[in-house]
Amino acid sequence: MSMAQPSDETPVLRTRHVGGEEPLLVARDLKQRYEVSRGLFRESGTVHAVDGVSFDLHAGRTLAVVGESGCGKSTLGRMVTMIEEPVEGTITIDGKPLDRSSAEMRKAVQIVFQNPYGSLNPRQKIGAILEEPLKINTDEDAASRRDKAKAMLERVGLRAEHYQRFPHMFSGGQRQRIAIARALMLNPKVLVLDEPVSALDVSIQAQVLNILMDLQDEFGLAYLFISHDLSVVRHIADEIMVMYLGKPVEVGEAETVFNRPRHPYTAALLSATPVADPFAEKNRIRLEGELPSPLNPPEGCNFNPRCFNVMDRCRKEEPPLETMDERLCACFNPVDVKVVGTA
Amino acid sequence: MTDTDLVYEEVEKARAAQRPFLSPLNQRRWQNFKANRRGYWSLWIFLVLFVLSLGAELIANDRPIMASYQGELLFPVVIDYPEEKFGGFYAETDYRDPFIAEEIEANGWMVWPPIRYSYQTVNREIPEGTPAKPSWLYDEETRCKLYPNGVDDTQCRLGNWNWLGTDNQGRDVLARSIYGFRISVLFGLILTLFSGVIGVGAGAVQGYYGGWIDLIFQRFIEIWTSIPVLYLLLIIAAVLPPGFWILLGIMLLFSWVAFVGVVRAEFLRARNFEYVNAARALGVSNRTIMWRHLLPNAMVATLTFLPFILNGSITTLTSLDFLGFGLPPGSPSLGEMLAQGKQYPGSPWLGLSGFAVISIMLSLLIFIGEATRDAFDPRRTFK
Repeated sequence: MSMAQPSDETPVLRTRHVGGEEPLLVARDLKQRYEVSRGLFRESGTVHAVDGVSFDLHAGRTLAVVGESGCGKSTLGRMVTMIEEPVEGTITIDGKPLDRSSAEMRKAVQIVFQNPYGSLNPRQKIGAILEEPLKINTDEDAASRRDKAKAMLERVGLRAEHYQRFPHMFSGGQRQRIAIARALMLNPKVLVLDEPVSALDVSIQAQVLNILMDLQDEFGLAYLFISHDLSVVRHIADEIMVMYLGKPVEVGEAETVFNRPRHPYTAALLSATPVADPFAEKNRIRLEGELPSPLNPPEGCNFNPRCFNVMDRCRKEEPPLETMDERLCACFNPVDVKVVGTA
Repeated sequence: MTDTDLVYEEVEKARAAQRPFLSPLNQRRWQNFKANRRGYWSLWIFLVLFVLSLGAELIANDRPIMASYQGELLFPVVIDYPEEKFGGFYAETDYRDPFIAEEIEANGWMVWPPIRYSYQTVNREIPEGTPAKPSWLYDEETRCKLYPNGVDDTQCRLGNWNWLGTDNQGRDVLARSIYGFRISVLFGLILTLFSGVIGVGAGAVQGYYGGWIDLIFQRFIEIWTSIPVLYLLLIIAAVLPPGFWILLGIMLLFSWVAFVGVVRAEFLRARNFEYVNAARALGVSNRTIMWRHLLPNAMVATLTFLPFILNGSITTLTSLDFLGFGLPPGSPSLGEMLAQGKQYPGSPWLGLSGFAVISIMLSLLIFIGEATRDAFDPRRTFK
């Protein structure tokens, strides 16, 4: 792989709505690789979990990252929250690079995990769970910590009396709200939501999503919303980034992408989303095969073995991410379909 | 603060007041433990024996618990009085000496423990050479033969009986058993505690950091555990001067390994739990994550191991004592008693007493351990 020249840098979506405003979080050319040992006598393989991702995140807006399992979307979230460090690329908040050792930085980015049954320590009371971030990162006294925790509980739709209870006493939706409350205890600027509703009942999903949107309005939070569920994304996202095998394939404003996907993969994903209209004409695009092994990605475009619109060129060259129809798309032979059910 | 808040506060306070000492889960475990009658009764018997043995000085001692001499109240059990006080000339008083005993009795009184021998008191009035039979096997005539006044001697009384006979140096076997029980259990407890702390720490570090640290540490432990421990203990014990703490240190070198496996496994499993990741994202330090979020998971596994490690420690101490490389000479050691039993097959009280004390002690601990293990077994916790 050749060294990335400044001119080769992955382009970044400039949205209309936030014209001149400086982005809150700037990620450039993020890469994450994992070495995978394949036994004593074979050389170890390299998985490019995230391979060149750039984006801007603006205060008060939501960037949704979508893609199927293994496309690197959770790794992206872990890098933004400093659980992992990228091998290449930079992330800055307000112009300052991320630094795990700085409490200031840690306060700025927080994360909500997918599984609310796993993300709360079953041995701690709700109060202790909510106060832990304050204990670690601030020097407030116990009384003020308790007041803040109780206030936050009420803000996410729980009651202050829940302070003394244990996680097992709550339902999934309530637990997820506790996890959100914990993430908000430090007044972060950026919240990474790693599939925050996929473990929840559909009826509860809307409730949690609405709380998330209310909190975004109230605190002007920037959301990095990681999901594989396009109906959820449609509900909450301002911008959307579709990833395939570690690379963004289509990036654009949610409306633009949903109404008229150009990348075949996006089109296929959208056509697979159920539509709540029995009379809608369904023309489902079926993708053949599985996500290729990230240890051994295909030559040319990553998507070519499964693409229904594939050309010879796709098997040899890798399409760059370039501006196309008010969005960024990495495809030599983009589709132009109106996906059923999109308003 | 609004009124409802105040009400909540009150409710919470009331709840906290009635919250039971044990969490519901631990209550269930305690119920399960109690349901195992053998383990439950073993725990009580062991606790009674252990507490009694902690007060061994009040049960078997060669000095009175309290005495009054010329109107002065004395506590010989805790305070060493020079013999000059009673008209003798040694630095330490031998209260068993008939001269001193009579002197004190004449000018006051003495309260003796039920057994008037400590673990190293030599009985000088043994009628027929050592090791002496239990006193109740002699008739009164023989038993009191060496006392100055024979059968009429005030010192030839129940308190001076050797209930389980004496060993080859004329020391009371019962007194040595009581003190031996105490030192064995204490040794086991301290060793288990220390090796628990070291082992849990080492296992935690390995499991939490994984990767190379884990790999190297594991290989080291494999080599370390493949050393034949008892031989090495013999060699080290032969070089270093014997003593309680030195012996403890030597055995600690090897016993901590027992805990590493379980704790490491727990930490490996739990280090990628989402709440651990969440804590990392919050900036919680590694040490705090290990202590607050991971250690509680490993505690159950460790706790179920404890009684068995305790047993192992006691057995090792006894075997070293038996071979003569254990506690320094003169210490009340059950292993030495067993060795004497082997040396004097004609004096079965030595071997039998040692065997009884050791087997009762180990059996009780194993029964307790079994009950603990079953009580903490999650498959049995909710029947």
